[in-house]
Amino acid sequence: MAEAAAVAHDDHHYTSTGLNSWKLGFWTLIGSECLFFGTLISTYMVYKGQSIVGPFSGDVFDIPLTTISTFVLLMSSLAMVLALDGVQRGNRKLSMAWLGVVIVLGATFLGFQVYEFNHFYHVGLGLDTNLLGSSFYVLTGFHGAHVFFGVVWLTTLFVMSARGKLPPSKALNVEIAGLYWHFVDVVWIVIFVLVYLIQ
Amino acid sequence: MSVATESAATTHDAHHGEPTGLWSWITTVDHKRIGIMYFLTSIFFLLVGGLEALLIRIQLFKPENDFISAELYNQLFTMHGTTMIFLVAMPMAVAFFNYVVPLQIGARDVAFPRLNALSYWIYLFGGLYLNASWFVGQAPNTSWVGYANLTSTQFSPGLNVDFWVLGLSILGVSSIMGGVNFITTIINLRAPGMKLMRMPLFTWMTFVTSFLLITALPVIAVALIMLAFDRFFSANFFNVAAGADPVLWQHLFWIFGHPEVYILVLPAFGVISDVIPAFSRKPLFGYPVVVYAGVLIGFIGWGVWSHHMFTSGMGPIADSFFVATTMIIAIPTGVKIFNWMATMWGGAIRFTTAMNFAVGLVALFTVGGLSGVMHASAPVDLQQHDSYFVVAHFHYVIVGGILLGMFSGLYYWFPKVTGRYLSEKAGAWHFWTTMIGFNLTFFPMHFSGMFGMPRRTWTYQSELGVQLYNQMSTVGGFILGISTLIMLYNVLKSAKSGAPAGSNAWGAPSLEWSIPSPPHHYNFPALPEVRSREPMWHDDERAAIEAVTLAHPAKEPEMPGPSFWPIVVASGVTATWALVMTGVWWVPLIGLAYTTFGVFMWAFEDPFKHLESSH
Repeated sequence: MAEAAAVAHDDHHYTSTGLNSWKLGFWTLIGSECLFFGTLISTYMVYKGQSIVGPFSGDVFDIPLTTISTFVLLMSSLAMVLALDGVQRGNRKLSMAWLGVVIVLGATFLGFQVYEFNHFYHVGLGLDTNLLGSSFYVLTGFHGAHVFFGVVWLTTLFVMSARGKLPPSKALNVEIAGLYWHFVDVVWIVIFVLVYLIQ
Repeated sequence: MSVATESAATTHDAHHGEPTGLWSWITTVDHKRIGIMYFLTSIFFLLVGGLEALLIRIQLFKPENDFISAELYNQLFTMHGTTMIFLVAMPMAVAFFNYVVPLQIGARDVAFPRLNALSYWIYLFGGLYLNASWFVGQAPNTSWVGYANLTSTQFSPGLNVDFWVLGLSILGVSSIMGGVNFITTIINLRAPGMKLMRMPLFTWMTFVTSFLLITALPVIAVALIMLAFDRFFSANFFNVAAGADPVLWQHLFWIFGHPEVYILVLPAFGVISDVIPAFSRKPLFGYPVVVYAGVLIGFIGWGVWSHHMFTSGMGPIADSFFVATTMIIAIPTGVKIFNWMATMWGGAIRFTTAMNFAVGLVALFTVGGLSGVMHASAPVDLQQHDSYFVVAHFHYVIVGGILLGMFSGLYYWFPKVTGRYLSEKAGAWHFWTTMIGFNLTFFPMHFSGMFGMPRRTWTYQSELGVQLYNQMSTVGGFILGISTLIMLYNVLKSAKSGAPAGSNAWGAPSLEWSIPSPPHHYNFPALPEVRSREPMWHDDERAAIEAVTLAHPAKEPEMPGPSFWPIVVASGVTATWALVMTGVWWVPLIGLAYTTFGVFMWAFEDPFKHLESSH
């Protein structure tokens, strides 16, 4: 992570905008990810209601259950903000506690998704069943993969914090992980509304 | 590669701090070395793609030829297109981004030097993986556009499409990372005083191109993912029997594919926007207009994709919309062409090889642009679609525009890279054989196309009356092949024994000419302050800058050290994708585990570790 400083190692971390390069680069990557999820979501919308054989979305979706998992994920964003605050203040206990909460909530969301996928599969909706199966599993699967990646990343930060290697000077590491985490949450809000709520 | 280092060592004793040898090149994170590696790799693939083109031309030399089989022909034209776009044109531009952009904006390196190395290695491995298909005799064979549902397992049961879909998605990862890196670099690492509107045009066009890369590549990535899921896990994205619409592929492909045209051509525009003023001894005419025209092309480029789909039955409303947007995009492009001409007007022009190629681009790209306006009209396009007229059009754009632009850049920046000029005599041979070979190859295709010769077809009947045009094209193709060999000879010979060049080989205006040739590994001993668009053309400003850039630093700036983890991660990414070919869902996870290991080792490696050991 010391890389951004590399180019200006002895120029007092000079950047022409004053912004940190890692943060700027990450925002750029998030912009790119918007197009990625945008395309997946568009495909889902194009194929919505086009399946020839069932089960259809009304047959399988359990909105109350998914509402709970959505709530869990949104709360993890709140915990993420508090974790970053803890790191910035140099409060190791606080940062570890809140990072732990983010990880547990993220993992819980994934647990809901595993349950959901398993349940849908057993009521007859496979990846190859119809257009709904294909577009739903690939869209939410890639979102789930992003959540999983985030959980692994945050776990790394948690371990760093536990070993005392996450002082306030490294708060940027947590801030960038936070940007990622919030982005993944925002994408889920769009998916929840367009896929589950509007049928 | 070692040639360049040797000459560097003899020309400048100050390079003692820079390690030499093969391993130092493999593990390098220096943007200049990565640029050279990108260039050499893209030249290698240029030869591969050129060979494929020549085999195609031999087959089409006479009617009902049986030189190669229809199946092999399909593989050849598919791999020719795929190679030339993804393994030659894009990476060759990236080679110039890498070498030139940090120097032009006064930066020591790109924002993420180690990520840069990763981009290169993923490109190399992805390209090799794609071409490995030849060795199992199942190269991709559904053309570079891979239209659904020709790519479904029903119609393409072999490994051909598997190689294509996985190979391209590997390459996409590399491009997106490159885009992120260059956007960050250009926004954040400009020297003091280098305002956006003072940046050289090449850097500007790199900036716009990078935005196109990070926005267009995810779209094709999703399309490829969907195709891969269809093929490996029986999903239904393009399965008509399940109610899917194969035109979805065309939309997604061209939403990527049209911006891709500008991803390819804007860097070439950038090159000649730097070259033409340098050899006309005049500032670029209407600098802001050229910048805004480039940005505008980037924007409108997103709204024209369906002009590739007039024949897919979108209906008159959609067709009309895309006719209009497509014709509009000719305006900013035309503006640029007039700006280049106005720059030359009244200038003290020197027709060096770099300038020749730049002027050649303007001429040939205009031909391609005009035929583009012709089939921007939907009714005309319905006649010309999938004929050799279209082949002529896009080769005028892609070879006449992009490749000539890259060659112009090669002759222009070669003295900066090696400290030696390319031979102007060999350059003249290269230029004229290119011009003659190119026009002889592609101009007759307008006619063979008009007479009804379809593209992507293995052979033709003599009654069609296109034999003469095809023979001209074939002869031209071989002349074009020879021109490439002349270029190669020139590069190899001049790198060793070319005439030595000073820091400002051409008396050019931009910042990269203020430092020694070849540059130190840290580029700038201290960051210079820029006060104008042409800092090297204003005597007092140049003196102030050179006092900084040519000076010997008391202490050399510390740069990040070498790393081999990018190679581990790149091989992991490639392996993970390639293992999807097994069709068993958990097998790629092995590759993923290996990649994850590499990422962790890499993330926790201290880039400045090497400095402790050497102090």
